Amino acid sequence: MLESKIPDGPLEDKWRHYKEHAKLVNPANRKKLEVIVVGTGLAGSAIAASLGEMGYRVKSFCFQDTPRRAHSVAAQGGVNACKNYKNDGDNIFRMFYDTIKGGDFRSREANVYRLAECSANLIDQAVAQGVPFGREYGGYLNNRSFGGVQVSRTFYARGQTGQQLLLGAYQALMRQVHLGTVQLFARHEMLDLVTIDGKAKGVIVRNLDTGEIERHGAHAVILATGGFGKIYFLSTLAMGCNGSAIWRAHKKGALLANPSWTQIHPTSLPQSGEYQSKLTLMSESLRNDGRIWVPKKAQEDRLPNQVPEEERDYYLERRYPAFGNLSPRDIASRAAKERIDAGFGVGPLKNAVYLDFSKAIKDQGIHKIREKYGNLFRMYEKITGVDAYKEPMKISPAAHFSMGGLWVDYELMTTIPGLFALGEANFADHGANRLGANSLLQACVDGYFIAPYTLANYLADEIKTPATDIQHPAFAEAAKKVEEQLHLLKAIGGKLSADYFHRTLGKILYDKCGLSRSKEGLETAIREIKALRQQFYRDLNIPGGYAINSELEKAGRVADYLELGELMCHDALTREESCGAHFRVEFQTPEGEAMRNDKDFAFISAWEWAGENQPPVWHKEPLTFEFVTPTVRSYK
Amino acid sequence: MHIRMKIWRQESGQDTGKMLDYELADVNPDMSFLEMLDMLNEQLLEQGQRAIEFDHDCREGICGQCGMMINGRAHGPLKNTTTCQLHMRSFRDGDTIYIEPFRATAFPVKCDLKIDRSAFDRVIQAGGYISVNTGQAPEANSIPIGHPVAEAAFDAAACIGCGACVAVCKNSSAVLFTSAKVTHLVLLPQGEVEAQERVRHMVDQMDAEGFGHCSNTEACEAECPQQISVLHIARMNWEYNKAQLLKK
Repeated sequence: MLESKIPDGPLEDKWRHYKEHAKLVNPANRKKLEVIVVGTGLAGSAIAASLGEMGYRVKSFCFQDTPRRAHSVAAQGGVNACKNYKNDGDNIFRMFYDTIKGGDFRSREANVYRLAECSANLIDQAVAQGVPFGREYGGYLNNRSFGGVQVSRTFYARGQTGQQLLLGAYQALMRQVHLGTVQLFARHEMLDLVTIDGKAKGVIVRNLDTGEIERHGAHAVILATGGFGKIYFLSTLAMGCNGSAIWRAHKKGALLANPSWTQIHPTSLPQSGEYQSKLTLMSESLRNDGRIWVPKKAQEDRLPNQVPEEERDYYLERRYPAFGNLSPRDIASRAAKERIDAGFGVGPLKNAVYLDFSKAIKDQGIHKIREKYGNLFRMYEKITGVDAYKEPMKISPAAHFSMGGLWVDYELMTTIPGLFALGEANFADHGANRLGANSLLQACVDGYFIAPYTLANYLADEIKTPATDIQHPAFAEAAKKVEEQLHLLKAIGGKLSADYFHRTLGKILYDKCGLSRSKEGLETAIREIKALRQQFYRDLNIPGGYAINSELEKAGRVADYLELGELMCHDALTREESCGAHFRVEFQTPEGEAMRNDKDFAFISAWEWAGENQPPVWHKEPLTFEFVTPTVRSYK
Repeated sequence: MHIRMKIWRQESGQDTGKMLDYELADVNPDMSFLEMLDMLNEQLLEQGQRAIEFDHDCREGICGQCGMMINGRAHGPLKNTTTCQLHMRSFRDGDTIYIEPFRATAFPVKCDLKIDRSAFDRVIQAGGYISVNTGQAPEANSIPIGHPVAEAAFDAAACIGCGACVAVCKNSSAVLFTSAKVTHLVLLPQGEVEAQERVRHMVDQMDAEGFGHCSNTEACEAECPQQISVLHIARMNWEYNKAQLLKK
């Protein structure tokens, strides 16, 4: 069932070979073909604009009030590309190797190589769009280094790289809207995928302003709806980020791969109370100069500056002397959790660790630190009221990025013909752990440089297919089901808010399917989630009507999370090894490091929906390594 | 903290709205302003009442979706801060807070504090881009751009499109928003080719949307979360006049 369609031949020729042989659609035929793109982040805007430019008829949907709000906007640090502008030995192979190793050898060689191969083009494209990347005084582009690599390949636009890349893509999209090739539907949420004869043919969406249920047909559907880390409730994601589009596609037959692989980011601000709605990320770049420590004494109640040097435990430097404070995200997060769980956490809720700049300030001077991180220190002070020049920041791990997502083949097509998944919504490139500054890259590369080719290869066979008829019974049935679900949720008439269920689910997942997982914990979590889901359908309360109603929007998303969360636990339970972000306590070395099992688990788990209350069907795509040899990831 | 609020409630765009009174006990000063509204909504929900609708998403000050008038100021009492980055410690126990939507003819109210800012999208559609198709780009370093120019372009590009500039302007003018995009693109060599067309079309669209003119009060800069400078407005006027003069 899982045909990854990786082209034959040497690694460096695969993508070129694919492009040389992929089918094309004649420019005159493109205007006959309609494509639906759901999501307007980097992947969604990039593909919608690119397809518009090529002459296809595109419909672009987002739930936000304008495409420019999509959560790609929030990425801070940068975007990787192996331009080798620093002359420090970077090249496509090295970037490929860093990424596949960073992912703990749980991704496809061919996909990762292609990501590195297309990275240089992206910088060209973004600069041409007017993205104001950081530059040197001679006028050439500057780079910085990022976690997990030894070269400087990260391009950045202050601490707002995501925002600037997104504006580039958004403006390209707006240009196509103006030219009439793209029709824009903001404040529309996809609530179902419509398939006819096994092919993706359209979507059912709800106009969130009027409450109207609409049908839209096309020759192909692209989901670029981002990640679902918000399932943990407290996360670095935007409030509206959700897994509903991919989950509903999953229930229509698309397989979901490695859903439990969630990156927990090490440098977020800790939770400060029960009321909290999100965790704010502090850029990882802070770890270049900040030192992470906890007191050596458990339950320490002295203020950080009163704890003398010899009573501080710089645990990352202690455990990973080679990489120290710049250890990869999964390792840094897990080490923090280990200390916090052992009772060494700091802050009012004892749920944080210190990130201390006193040494950097002493060595480099306060002005240098202000120049590098001034905006982050200001942001920290705005949120916490604490001046981090004077006392250490308190940071804590937070759910961040979904490495898992819809299973896609080399063409980014899901198991449903005509349904494509791009960017964070697919599972493809990051393995079990994503390297910093690779998420913007993947979203852009998928949208600008991969999908335009692979989609044409699919659409070339659809030229004779007439426009999709939205009166087809499949549309009527899907629309009816969507309406029924909304009525069902509204009719429950209980006492509890959607947020209550979301928070409770998030807590279960964070504790039992978060930074560390165990058989017992995951089995308990599955039982608890099942019970919570039943309670949801008994006790949910949604006042208000069907037009603008944020409670109704949230309820639909939480209903999906309550199913997806169970699948995540199931996925984590069946993977009896530790790899990347997935750490099973049963599979660790005596020193507490992850134990990967290449003999039995060098595969991608892809799950098939088998119906309500049925166990999901497990499919495996074996991972073969022809060009690199998996090694034990060591940062010691 | 004990907080009293007067909040604008409006069922839909067709209804006339009104200010209603609300009260919250046990507000934590470390809560963000939006978390305080979440808490109020939980309380309303328990009473079976419709939640207060407001725009928000990233809650970290970058997406530009949140925004309301708080005690008559766009995004509240702090300078250069979005509503989501405002915390209750900026208020005092017992305060009465007035909360209203951003108001402008071009930003119709949709429901309670939620507004329609699609006019901004249409201003960008009129020309706020560089016309380059995917695949046409030359090698990135083939166009060197001096550090100061790149930084100045960035200062303008940093606009998050929240609309506070319009809300705070007595003329509901969108010149700060529009000029920021005009400046961002005109400063870069890539954007120069279309400079004249761009500024004319964007200004025309801005007028067509019903935004007012600029009378140089500079309130927009004072309230802008991204500290976008009013000097961009001067730049846009210069570019516009130049474009009009050179129009063929």
